Amino acid sequence: MDMVKFTIDGKEVEAEKGAYLLDVARENGVRIPTLCWHESIESPGACRMCVVEVKQGKRTRVVTSCLYPVSEGIEVKTQTDRVKHVRKVVLQLQMARCPESKELKDMADEMGVKPEPRFTPDATDNTCILCRMCVRTCEQVVGVSAIGFSYRGTEKVVGTPFKEQSKVCIGCGACAFVCPTHHIKMTGTPEEREIWGRNFKMMKCKTCGNYFAPIEQLEWISKKTGVPMDKLSVCQACK
Amino acid sequence: MRKLKTFDGVEKLRGELQKGRDPNKPCMTVCVGTGCLAYGTQKLVDSLKVELEKRKLQDKIDLRLSGCHGFCERGPMMVIYPQKIFYQRIGLNDAAEIIDKTLLKGEIIDRLLYVDPMTKEKIVYEHDCPFYKKQMRLVFGMNGQISPTSIDDYIAVGGYAALVKALQKMKPDAIVQEVIKANLRGRGGGGFPTGWKWDETRKATGDPKYVICNADEGDPGAYMDRSLLEGNPHLVLEGMIIGAYAIGSSNGYIYVRNEYPLAVQNITAAIQAAREYGLLGENILGSGFSFDVKINRGGGAFVCGESSALFASLEGRAGEPRVKYIHATHKGLWDKPTNLNNVETWANVPFIINRGADWYAGIGTAGSKGTKIFSLVGKINNTGLVEVPMGMKLREIVYDIGGGIPNGRKFKAVQTGGPSGGCIPEKYLDSPVDFDELTKLGSMMGSGGMIVMDDRNCMVDVPRYFLSFLEIESCGKCTPCREGVRRMKEILTDICEGRGQEGDVELLDSLAKAIVDGALCALGNSAPNPVISTIRYFRDEYDAHIRQKKCPAGVCKKLIKYRIDAKKCTGCGLCVKVCAVGATSGERKKPHAIDIAKCTRCGACMESCKFEAIIVE
Amino acid sequence: MEAKIKNIVKKYGSDRSYLVPILQDVQKEFNYLPQEALEAVCTELGVSNSRVYEVATFYKAFSLKPRGRHHLMLCLGTACHVRGASMIDNHIQTTLGLKSGETSADMEFTFETVGCLGACALGPILVVDGEYHGHMNIAKTTKILKNLGKKVEADDEKA
Repeated sequence: MDMVKFTIDGKEVEAEKGAYLLDVARENGVRIPTLCWHESIESPGACRMCVVEVKQGKRTRVVTSCLYPVSEGIEVKTQTDRVKHVRKVVLQLQMARCPESKELKDMADEMGVKPEPRFTPDATDNTCILCRMCVRTCEQVVGVSAIGFSYRGTEKVVGTPFKEQSKVCIGCGACAFVCPTHHIKMTGTPEEREIWGRNFKMMKCKTCGNYFAPIEQLEWISKKTGVPMDKLSVCQACK
Repeated sequence: MRKLKTFDGVEKLRGELQKGRDPNKPCMTVCVGTGCLAYGTQKLVDSLKVELEKRKLQDKIDLRLSGCHGFCERGPMMVIYPQKIFYQRIGLNDAAEIIDKTLLKGEIIDRLLYVDPMTKEKIVYEHDCPFYKKQMRLVFGMNGQISPTSIDDYIAVGGYAALVKALQKMKPDAIVQEVIKANLRGRGGGGFPTGWKWDETRKATGDPKYVICNADEGDPGAYMDRSLLEGNPHLVLEGMIIGAYAIGSSNGYIYVRNEYPLAVQNITAAIQAAREYGLLGENILGSGFSFDVKINRGGGAFVCGESSALFASLEGRAGEPRVKYIHATHKGLWDKPTNLNNVETWANVPFIINRGADWYAGIGTAGSKGTKIFSLVGKINNTGLVEVPMGMKLREIVYDIGGGIPNGRKFKAVQTGGPSGGCIPEKYLDSPVDFDELTKLGSMMGSGGMIVMDDRNCMVDVPRYFLSFLEIESCGKCTPCREGVRRMKEILTDICEGRGQEGDVELLDSLAKAIVDGALCALGNSAPNPVISTIRYFRDEYDAHIRQKKCPAGVCKKLIKYRIDAKKCTGCGLCVKVCAVGATSGERKKPHAIDIAKCTRCGACMESCKFEAIIVE
Repeated sequence: MEAKIKNIVKKYGSDRSYLVPILQDVQKEFNYLPQEALEAVCTELGVSNSRVYEVATFYKAFSLKPRGRHHLMLCLGTACHVRGASMIDNHIQTTLGLKSGETSADMEFTFETVGCLGACALGPILVVDGEYHGHMNIAKTTKILKNLGKKVEADDEKA
């Protein structure tokens, strides 16, 4: 293992060469804000909140720490005016895009950022900040790619293909779970879950009788792992 | 066509081709690039063929259909060899006259000659034309002399000699060193030293390695790459094969913009012909080196000109860029070492190999070597593609080659670098065209678009236009670009429509800084450049829009009024006829008037008025 | 339709990296990208519906709606813009009632604007059914639209 030494805000740290700067910072107790990072998925580098300044040799530049590979001797600064400015503007832009999002308002309050009055808030209750976590989770963790992006630029939107019910969605709700603004809604009753416009019948636990997971999700797990359905028809509590 | 299996085979073929061509045989070379075809040149070509056949002259007079000659303002055009008589703005029915008078009798048709607007002199020969005189047509030099669909034409004028030299006499590392020594810098916009890129890719670990030609020329107003691919595809191909050999790659791609069907057609034919001759494929010319090229078309996305977005497109995905903290030279297409260069960059390579790095480095400035092709467009008399040595002054390009501003209007700015560049005002017209000099002025070389603007172009409307373009072209992945460009555009629209507020300029500046620092790719972090440069040089126009709610250039519709000058108006009634909203009225032969409340400033009346009686206030 | 899609995908070796060229061929075949065709591409290529839908909507060259009989493409490149292309854009929008990317209800016209066509000497340029018309102005635009059968109100009122 190739180890490298460098500094974060003046403090010397050591890490494996090529490790992502954000991971190293977190391990060393340095807080860097994020909106699109999750430990289970590959970071897209989309929100730009985790920007830091890195000096390598004579060159200083602003990079996203979630994807920046560390190397020997770099000097990292996480709280310069330059990066604070980027984070402030990113939040202001997101708040204008999603004025109803409580999570964004909370983050802004915590960071002392106020909305920019010249960014007219969009007249919408949309709270999707296009962080990509739902799409990546569905693709990389669950493996069904039931949701994805369409269009581009300001028209970019997350959803099911053709805006119709997805044939491959298993109703697991992982996307709703990772969504930082709780934009993805999972509703329904104990017996039936609704997500992305489709209803999923829930499996009743053979032991306790509680409904606990969509049948389709269990069928998917069974297909992937080879574990038979009757073994999967028992909830976690009863296992 | 027979396969060439040895280096000598190429030279032997070249000798045969040159022997079989009489340099004194009369030849009409007609430009059939996309621009000239848009003038209807195909009709001229068809009638030239018919007229030659009628007179049974097909074997005595050659008709060569070539790529772009560069002087696009003056199409349809032809050059008659061997004298190089230059005919321009040819009528589509002039075929018979040209053959009968000039080809058969040696008479010059005066009305088809270019007239120098300064000296009023009629120019007979191409090399005397002021548009061409100051240029250094190196990369573009063969465009007028070959048919792009004839590999024999290319070989006859010396084509593929550089490839033979490279494969036969040079080791891959030596080729890389030669390109480093020549200091060729990328012509696509980045200006990165090409030799260093090749070196990095050559030394990177990973297999296979890829070489890519970026022909996704998306900068609006720039069409150099199109004309190169249409007019001399073999030059680009030869550069790529040499590069692939130097880097150690057997897999090449040419990624062409979807909107360039003729370029795709011609490069496809060129690849096929090169394969048939054994200049592409397995064991090229018996060297042991194998290389082949595939063509991919873009899908209509400017962002795919950015290398990582281009790779995504080649991989069958949406063209979203990714961070490049690890260079593409190490992890590019399919995460393999990839060398991507622009069309014009590849086209420079055979010259460096043929004539040597020292010769090449003798052209240009200390930091920018060789020549650059610019598309000189906009408010300019001589619209076209010009190739000049690096270091030539902007003023020379705009006035000596470009012929200055039409309709007696005043020069205001020249915009370079496309949506990533800036506007350079008159006081810097004596600046040399050079990568670093243009960057110092707040612009950039970019791919070569050079848009000239006059006093009737609004310098708040121009950045608004670029941001509208980028808003549509943004991939939408990162917040600063997707949301930031949109908000900048909104503020600029407010300013253009009379809703600008004190503090808007400062806000634009602040937003610009965040986008430059925060955006993921070069599209985003250069998006604020047109705004930053116009604030820097044309702050007075911003202030006029915001504080006086006036547009000094008379462009921004909500801030101007149209008025009829009673002294000039003859009462012809044409403006009434063309007005879609009934805003103009008046009695016949009496001065008319415009109802400001109804007028939408669409411009139809101003366009139709033959007496310049409609004034913008 | 499935047979046609099968052939197109086979032509590219069923290689999913050729998704963009495959969709270009599909659009050439059907004049647009029908949903059924896209779903068939997913099946033949073995890629998710989400991926195909993303690519089909990302690139401006693709249309998921049927296109009109006449295709009008206006260049809004910088050179054309400084020569007044936006006035022609407004005129077409007003006359046809179509914004860029839209098709008329009677399926007669599809109107598109493009970043740059690379024929700047002729700017402003309007391409009508593949034919280039250069040095455009409002009067010429009106004439072209009339020739295509579009009633233009300004002239009709005064007739």
